[in-house]
Amino acid sequence: MEAYEKSFLVASGAVLVAFLLALAYSVFAMGISMPGRMEMIACTADQKLRKVLRVTPPFDNPGVHETAPGKFDVVVIGQTWSFAPDNIELPVGAEVTFRATSSDVIHGFMIVGTNVNMMLVPGEVSSETYKFSRPGEYLLLCHEYCGRLHHTMSGKVVVK
Amino acid sequence: MSTPIVAESKGFELPREQLAVIRWNIIFGFAIFAIGVLFGLDQAFNYAKVDLIKDYPGIHSYYQGLTLHGVLNALVLTTAFANGFVALTTARGLGRKLNGALLRIAFWLLLIGSLLAAFAMLTGQASVLYTFYAPLQAHWTFYLGLALVVISTWVTSANQIVTLRNWRREHRGERIPLMAFMSVATYLMWDIASAGIAIEVVFLLLPWSLGLTAGTDPLLTRTLFWFTGHPIVYFWLLPIYISWYGMIPKQAGGALFSDTLTRIAFVMFILLVPVGFHHQFTDPGIPVGLKYASAVLTFGIFFPSLMTAFAVMYALEIAGRRAGAKGLVSWFFRIPWNNPSLSAQVLAMLAFFLGGISGLMNASFSMNLRVHNTAFIPGHFHLTLGTAVALSYMGIAYWLIPYLYGRSLWSPRLGVIQSFVYFGGVLIFSRGMMMGGMEGMPRRTQLALASYNLPAWHIPGIMAAIGGTIMFVSVALFFVNLVMTVAAGEEAAQGDVPFTETVQPPAQTGWEAKLDALRYWVVASVALSLIVYGPFLIAYLPPHLNIRPLQFP
Repeated sequence: MEAYEKSFLVASGAVLVAFLLALAYSVFAMGISMPGRMEMIACTADQKLRKVLRVTPPFDNPGVHETAPGKFDVVVIGQTWSFAPDNIELPVGAEVTFRATSSDVIHGFMIVGTNVNMMLVPGEVSSETYKFSRPGEYLLLCHEYCGRLHHTMSGKVVVK
Repeated sequence: MSTPIVAESKGFELPREQLAVIRWNIIFGFAIFAIGVLFGLDQAFNYAKVDLIKDYPGIHSYYQGLTLHGVLNALVLTTAFANGFVALTTARGLGRKLNGALLRIAFWLLLIGSLLAAFAMLTGQASVLYTFYAPLQAHWTFYLGLALVVISTWVTSANQIVTLRNWRREHRGERIPLMAFMSVATYLMWDIASAGIAIEVVFLLLPWSLGLTAGTDPLLTRTLFWFTGHPIVYFWLLPIYISWYGMIPKQAGGALFSDTLTRIAFVMFILLVPVGFHHQFTDPGIPVGLKYASAVLTFGIFFPSLMTAFAVMYALEIAGRRAGAKGLVSWFFRIPWNNPSLSAQVLAMLAFFLGGISGLMNASFSMNLRVHNTAFIPGHFHLTLGTAVALSYMGIAYWLIPYLYGRSLWSPRLGVIQSFVYFGGVLIFSRGMMMGGMEGMPRRTQLALASYNLPAWHIPGIMAAIGGTIMFVSVALFFVNLVMTVAAGEEAAQGDVPFTETVQPPAQTGWEAKLDALRYWVVASVALSLIVYGPFLIAYLPPHLNIRPLQFP
């Protein structure tokens, strides 16, 4: 290889390493994390997942639960084609752990303008934590195709 | 001393009947492209909240149209083009005819498979999009059809391996000609990569769609899909790289600099197959450590594309300087831009810079949380698949169709105009989509009828519609040229496949010569796949076949 080639390759490698360091910074210094815990819902093929969820904590009680001052668990079930609950009210500064799943097909769970973006896979529990520092009405929507009326599956998060 | 990248560099002609099968593949691919693009127009308008799909005869839903757009363009067109084009480059690279029976079998498998899948999609029994995530369930003909399409690629790969082995028997101790090396490496990579989708479809989805199992496993099928679903991108891209590395330098009037660098790039694509977890950053149930590992490997796979950017631009610089260019950048304007094959592919490369950069943004998991499943993603992949690959298909067609039919191109000038129109269109389209995506505009959603809307999506949606329309018009111009060439082009001598020379010849000894030992790269790739996917599979298996289907959504 000649010098021209070598210097380009070294520069390419350096750029990629710099990008990876920036990513590491976002994880360790900024605390941005992905969902990923293995947590499954026990259900057999002859049971209806919807019925199983009704008796499986925390999904037997969807909604907003304050676990400590300023800290909340928000339990949500996605189903064709709605979220339960679809109107989530929180105080400003709430530190929220969303715990969500699907009772039928794969759905998406995105709160526009935040880092909350996860897939809801039937049989799996998705968790993500986010702190709502600014008041406002946030759009919650399903961003994974889930059947004919997918585009009507939405809700809102009201922070005040 | 320059070295041609093919054997029999003085000239070689495939037997007429083999050339005919290659022609069928290419023509079938472009026919599919025409239908796929028809459904693209509705997609673009949907983002501007205009519902065109109701005017498409026989189509019941937006999602049916979207499934057709994705499956036809991303799965059928790409496979048909690769099976035809890379079979040709293998034969031309070795200066040797292929196995005729395998060539024909591959085509028939592809044709029958595509028709089965098309039946399911057109009758509204497979509106599951091109990712067909279970438990959305399609008609069994959809899964069987896709399986046959994948098998057609394996038959093509077997054909290459048989042909290469026969060549090597007669050329002991010689380096594999570079064009053949690139061709065989492309399909070896895909052989490994396609294992995920093959296992998913044959062992899980097909029996399930036939009612043999009551439930299925959404997370496992999804994970198997993405094992293939990322490296399928290389399967789209590498046939184009064969053209960019092996043909464009010649068409530009230059030469490829390094034989070794090119082989290393292709070997890296074989090695770095297991990166699919980066499509599952937001999935539950996939350990975060594996997601980190996948992100690092994904950044690794950017490296051979940076090598390609260097090598191909260097080849263009050699061409421009040979044409008399001086100074730092003027060589770029001295290459023959009036050749539509060249203009289309160089513009495709420019789009790929933007596509690559936006791909790195997707691979950065903290950014991914902002853009996952938003319009940003189709904004990204219409620069890569939708332009780097699709516009290169059109650029290659500008010499390949005349070559296959023994006619000259009807209008080179229209071809040049077409390529620039497409490039302008995609820049507007993707800019709009990315802008909307950053504001949370979802992808794969019928926004025209959605129950929600945000003001920030207004301008991006209009840009997507305008850009998409321009792309659509450009493709129509391409087809005019294609049809007129076949129907009314002047008869011309067949000519030869364009192939370049390398300034630095392939080394005959030393570590460089070992690059040709492809089987070791395959073994290493399989091992790496097991290392990345093994921990997940060991913790997860056996399959949890407990989720019931939503049939024919």
